[in-house]
Amino acid sequence: MPVYRKLWFWIVVLIILSPLGLLAKGTAWGEWGSDELKEMLGMVPEGLAKLEETWHALLPDYSIPGFDKTFAQQAVGYIVAAVVGVVLIALVAYLLGRLLARSEK
Amino acid sequence: MHIPDGYLSPSTCAVFYAAMIPIWAAAVKKTRETLKAKQVPLLALAAAFSFVIMMFNVPVPDGTTAHAVGGTLAAIVLGPWAACIAVSIALIIQALVFGDGGIWAIGANCFNMAFVLPFLGYAVYRALNAGGKRRVLASMVGSYVGINAAAFCAAVEFGVQPLLFKSPTGVPLYCPYDLSKSIPAMMFAHLTVAGIVEAIITGLVVYYLQKAHQEELFFDAALERR
Repeated sequence: MPVYRKLWFWIVVLIILSPLGLLAKGTAWGEWGSDELKEMLGMVPEGLAKLEETWHALLPDYSIPGFDKTFAQQAVGYIVAAVVGVVLIALVAYLLGRLLARSEK
Repeated sequence: MHIPDGYLSPSTCAVFYAAMIPIWAAAVKKTRETLKAKQVPLLALAAAFSFVIMMFNVPVPDGTTAHAVGGTLAAIVLGPWAACIAVSIALIIQALVFGDGGIWAIGANCFNMAFVLPFLGYAVYRALNAGGKRRVLASMVGSYVGINAAAFCAAVEFGVQPLLFKSPTGVPLYCPYDLSKSIPAMMFAHLTVAGIVEAIITGLVVYYLQKAHQEELFFDAALERR
């Protein structure tokens, strides 16, 4: 019955393989930081500069701050971020699901 | 496709939060009606899968990157309303913990990837599925259409900014690229790369579930048995 369990195995595989996502060079379109924009345009839009720093994430860009000097460090940080994210998201979704689900067996 | 803070004006962000609040309320109500207790682990799984698949950045030939979302897959298994919740949770945690997508932009990002994507993807899938006979193909086409529609929405949100919000001297205040730049760039990345990845991943998982005789896991199969 629990094909779910097997699917969790694949989530673990994806977490381990996740540093492959670091190999793609460049930034997604429209997700440049102001340093990149400055290089591309020679200016940073005023409103953008103001709002950009609204929030400081704990693990910015799926990395451990200060532990992102080499590719190996970035890869470790990426896997740690993947584990943190998967655990946190699965937990929130599970608890919300428990709250919402019909309780018939 | 995670719009960061600063690319959309605060007013644009407010519009999308205002749009998402009734959508989230409806999603909670509908999920309460349809989600079975034994599907709760599946909701967690779908949210986690969407999160982790978004970490796989794929190079786009123009020097940018893009990624799959997995939202149509979530809708195929849980229905579009529960998929909206699953992907929204992933997007909100991404913004809060990893700074991927802005805090101001949570409404817009959820509108694109947690609403437009799973609903359109699921609608196309259902239209093509023919009562379960073409499930894999339908899931691939549906997920391809879904992610591209989401990318198009993001492109429009980016592209209207320089038209609407300029300094008195005409300098863009937020996203500096208009529709003539944003639409080709976003659509190129998603039509050629991210959409293909999304279709392959969705098709593979649906194929796997079918092979494992897990027909009852498909949301529309359960609907038809009612």
